[in-house]
Amino acid sequence: MNALRNLYFVVIGLFLALPLIVVAGVSVNEKQTLAFPPKGFSLSWYGEIFLNPEWRNALFASLTLAVCSAALAVAIALPLSWFLWRRVAPWANIFQLLGIAPFTLPPVITALGMLTFWATTGFYGQPWTAVISHAIFFVTLPLVTLSLGFTAIDRSLVEAAATMGADDRTIFRTVVLPLILPYIVSGYAFAFVLSLNEYIVAYMTVGFTVETLPIKIFNALRYGYTPTMASVTILFVATAAVIFSLVARFGDLPKLLGAMAADDK
Amino acid sequence: MRREPPQRLVDYAPIAFPAIMLTVFFVIPFATMIAVSFFQRQQGGFYIPAFQLANYERFLSLFFANVLGFSLMLAIVVAICCVLLALPFTYLLARMSRKAQVVWLVALLSVLSLSEVIIGFAWSTLFSRTAGITNLLVMMGVMSEAKALLPSFGAVLTGMVYQAFPYTVLVLYPAIVRLDPTLTEAARTLGASPLKAFFTVVVPALRNTITATLIMVFIFALGSYLLPQLLGRPQHWTLSVLITDQAVYQSNMPFAAAMAVFLVLVTLGLVALTAFVGRKGEAA
Repeated sequence: MNALRNLYFVVIGLFLALPLIVVAGVSVNEKQTLAFPPKGFSLSWYGEIFLNPEWRNALFASLTLAVCSAALAVAIALPLSWFLWRRVAPWANIFQLLGIAPFTLPPVITALGMLTFWATTGFYGQPWTAVISHAIFFVTLPLVTLSLGFTAIDRSLVEAAATMGADDRTIFRTVVLPLILPYIVSGYAFAFVLSLNEYIVAYMTVGFTVETLPIKIFNALRYGYTPTMASVTILFVATAAVIFSLVARFGDLPKLLGAMAADDK
Repeated sequence: MRREPPQRLVDYAPIAFPAIMLTVFFVIPFATMIAVSFFQRQQGGFYIPAFQLANYERFLSLFFANVLGFSLMLAIVVAICCVLLALPFTYLLARMSRKAQVVWLVALLSVLSLSEVIIGFAWSTLFSRTAGITNLLVMMGVMSEAKALLPSFGAVLTGMVYQAFPYTVLVLYPAIVRLDPTLTEAARTLGASPLKAFFTVVVPALRNTITATLIMVFIFALGSYLLPQLLGRPQHWTLSVLITDQAVYQSNMPFAAAMAVFLVLVTLGLVALTAFVGRKGEAA
């Protein structure tokens, strides 16, 4: 039975890893070909990401977009989830729902909504419109982690602080914020990684003026292959793996993903 | 501190910013899109305000019925494949050590966060003639000559299952972790084999979860906008691909918007169904 289980995990692991192994192989080709197994060995395609101005600009555009939009998403989610936790206001749940909706609907819909909106208001193509669009699209992630974080706070702690005369502001700074910080960080991390990888919303809002890395890869797919696409892919997978490992290292990943029973084990 | 309703105006202050942002940048764009779906297309440009149902009337063609039928069929097949693969996987995962679980969860999240562009590129490389999996088979002597496995329906399906599999596991995971372990223990004590215990105890206990997961993965697969385009032929294009195509390449925004509104209605209907199934599950 154990052998069967291990075999199953190996097969699934291979299925998940195989495309990435081939892409990793392609990324170390010596010449500009997409051969696998690779012909020769060279890491120059990784250098290309930073040395070729086109790829470097795309990398910086993606990083800027992800850093800003994840920050904005947290800035929207934090007061909202705090308010829902602190106050009795059933009507405010509608905003929670609005925050979760863009992520639940097919992404094309959010993208098209944003495209028509920015085109109608006349801001179509401005780089900052992508920041707002991504923040709205990914606000779900910090919203979910923060709601989880707030429910985990022991209300008697807050009660004690209030009894001793602390006002809302002091309580938030000295009690709530330290407790909620891991959830802010993981919410930010999730939004950051997903924004880095997002294609359709970025493409429909700023696709003709700014080239993010996914847009750059897609354009390269249409107009001629280069191993740089492979090295960027590996860079992205590695970045995601490092960030999620950090979240797991400093937070409780099984719990964040909804396994409440994790504490009882 | 007791939770209390907001009393003074200043109590409402924290929610002002999120409320404004979500209203202005989600509700209004959504409404704009619905409005545009009734507008008249203008050649070469965007569109002019009007009220016409022509964009919706275009649905009533055989071509559109085919696309819709194919999109729904593809999403159903993807959902079934994913749940079949993910259910035993998640069940076994939930019973592994915490450390092993974290490693797998990190791997799944990393794959889940991958851009569709990247997944499409990775699989098109794997299925290509020059760098593909067939080269490995040739090296092992199984095949005589490398060949391209795409564009094909199989390639589209594989790519989409790859994309949706981590999502399926993460949707199933909370419910399966919370499943009472004494259930299977009881079955085992009474002499059931592990496999039999899984199929006769675990699967029936998770019936509602499985139904809800199928619907959620189905919606997720409906949203796939690039893989059918990168890995398949034009007859494998789905509604999401067609919307992107109309909006970006044909610059027919009103028709794209009308299709998007239609897709929203289908999705919302399914979300309502999920909520209904979920509630029934809790009551049971």
